[in-house]
Amino acid sequence: MNATNHQEHQTLSRAVLEIDVNNHAGVMSHVVGLFSRRAYNVDGILCLPLGDSGQSRIWLLVNEDQRLPQMIKQVEKLEDVTGIRRHNADHAVFQNLENFFRV
Amino acid sequence: MTETLTGAQITVRLLERQGIRTLAGIPGGAILPIYDALGQSSLIHHVLARHEQGAGFMAQGMARVSGQPAVCLASSGPGATNLLTAIADAKLDSIPLVAITGQVPKAMIGTDAFQEVDTYGLSIPITKHNFLVSSAEELLEVIPRAFAIAASGRPGPVLIDIPKDVQMQAIEITHWPAPGERQPAPAADAWALSEASGMINAAKRPILYLGGGVVHAGASGLAVKLAEKAGLPTVMTLMALGAMPVDHPLSLGMLGMHAARYTNLALDECDLLIAVGARFDDRATGKVAAFCPQARIIHIDIDPAELDKIKTAHIGITADVQESLNRLLPAVATNARSDWRQRVDSLKAEHPFLMPDVDKPLSHFGLIRTVAACLDDEAVIATDVGQHQMWVAQAYPLRRPRQWLTSGGLGTMGFGVPAAIGAALAEPQRTVVCFTGDGSILMNIQELVTAAEEKVNLKIVLMDNATLGLVHQQQTLFYGERLFASQFKASPDFIKVAQGFGIAAVDLDHATNPCAALIEAISRPGPCLIHASIDAEQKVYPMVPPGAANRDMIGA
Repeated sequence: MNATNHQEHQTLSRAVLEIDVNNHAGVMSHVVGLFSRRAYNVDGILCLPLGDSGQSRIWLLVNEDQRLPQMIKQVEKLEDVTGIRRHNADHAVFQNLENFFRV
Repeated sequence: MTETLTGAQITVRLLERQGIRTLAGIPGGAILPIYDALGQSSLIHHVLARHEQGAGFMAQGMARVSGQPAVCLASSGPGATNLLTAIADAKLDSIPLVAITGQVPKAMIGTDAFQEVDTYGLSIPITKHNFLVSSAEELLEVIPRAFAIAASGRPGPVLIDIPKDVQMQAIEITHWPAPGERQPAPAADAWALSEASGMINAAKRPILYLGGGVVHAGASGLAVKLAEKAGLPTVMTLMALGAMPVDHPLSLGMLGMHAARYTNLALDECDLLIAVGARFDDRATGKVAAFCPQARIIHIDIDPAELDKIKTAHIGITADVQESLNRLLPAVATNARSDWRQRVDSLKAEHPFLMPDVDKPLSHFGLIRTVAACLDDEAVIATDVGQHQMWVAQAYPLRRPRQWLTSGGLGTMGFGVPAAIGAALAEPQRTVVCFTGDGSILMNIQELVTAAEEKVNLKIVLMDNATLGLVHQQQTLFYGERLFASQFKASPDFIKVAQGFGIAAVDLDHATNPCAALIEAISRPGPCLIHASIDAEQKVYPMVPPGAANRDMIGA
């Protein structure tokens, strides 16, 4: 596989999830636990509060496989999740973080 | 009026305001403030279980017969971990439960304090939602919300972990929140309903497939009406038994792994499957690719995540089952569907369900049917888990929703006795029968003394084959008859055990007239253990072997 194809493969096989949640201890466990208990790998996690709103936003970079629609439905069912949006892997949120992730 | 109350007093008051009149639990250090407040309640009867798992299943029994959330209590650490199996069981069978656990004081959380365990973390994957309460004020929001969550949408268990200092914190209360109640689900999509009625009207060989959601939604009567109007042969999951009387002319009984052959064969031929409050569980579908291979699918469920999870539906409707059926009913054409009904009848005649030795009261089927003959539809029938459970599911004439209490999803041995005690506590006017096995009863045997203490009207029918019957069966059939760890080399004297725990006991093995002894034991009020030895070589038949298609059943 050459570099270009590898890049395409990456683009096709990943997705970015944007999840709005109530901000309290335990929410991250609820969300991430849904993935880990299904052996569904989460490649990237970002989470910060949304101002003083009592809400936070979680961004997840995940592999896109046939279970993803079911995962999104399961996330939507969580009491502390107020919204979830799905984006392509080329979403900007994870793109400028590379400097922090050099070996 | 302003009152100054502790978190513990607030908790008890909120439970009273929720209408809780009976709950089960076991006290311990971290929940003693709540127990101290509970002791002052003149409204709530506390049932002292002998193991927290027993308390959890008693609450389940109350919830399963009433449809209302029920409460169990446990202390921190081992009290909480002991509760987990009953909570997980409630999650898989969608039973509304509110579990309240004591926790070490907030300042000690995370220090490996005595009897500290991460109850919140442990309960995340097995609850619908959970709370770790951080102040007495928060209880005013959390407790009503826990009841609302447990009862709304797809019901399920909610856990509230309350640190001891929160229980002791005193605050001023001026206003009480409204009790948490079931919130209405969004209405069914009108277009989807009209498509569904069109598909039902156009179908030649439809089958109605009822799941536990029909019972939870109180929609059994509507489901029967739909079946009658549209001429729909009807199958039920293990959880839905009782939704349609099993002797109804349209009933094909339970589907799946231990269905009658004709039931699975009819499903194999259907051209439309109308799944209502059912989740295509593997024990129901067998090999999914071969399940109803010719059928288009209408799937109605209150949980959106169940749609398209296992089988893609042609029409998926996320809605309350009762509301959907109510609106579907007028749109569905009256249709006797004689050709399809005749075909189903001929399948029934060619591949009937056989109950060998049913006329012998001490055979497995004979015992179940003899017990049934002693009772009417008002009785509650609970089971444990194993061969006896499947035989009862196959042979007992269940005719009423909420008549049937069984651990379906988690399949928890030890469920039966405490769940039946809970049912008897919630509905003391009924006779509650618990069919159990010698393997299962030992997993919560300690609750016999609770049954004696509460004088519940519970008849435990112990079908004793001195084996772990389903394991024995699988080893015999699929592991080259290498029986290992499935035969008990020593068995307790169950009559003495029951008597030792303070309940009456009858051994049908030694009765000169087993039928008379059974009738006498069932009609005498109060708890009683009825012991009968059964043949360990008997199998649950017919059976879909693991991984096989439902059409490929073995045995009988």
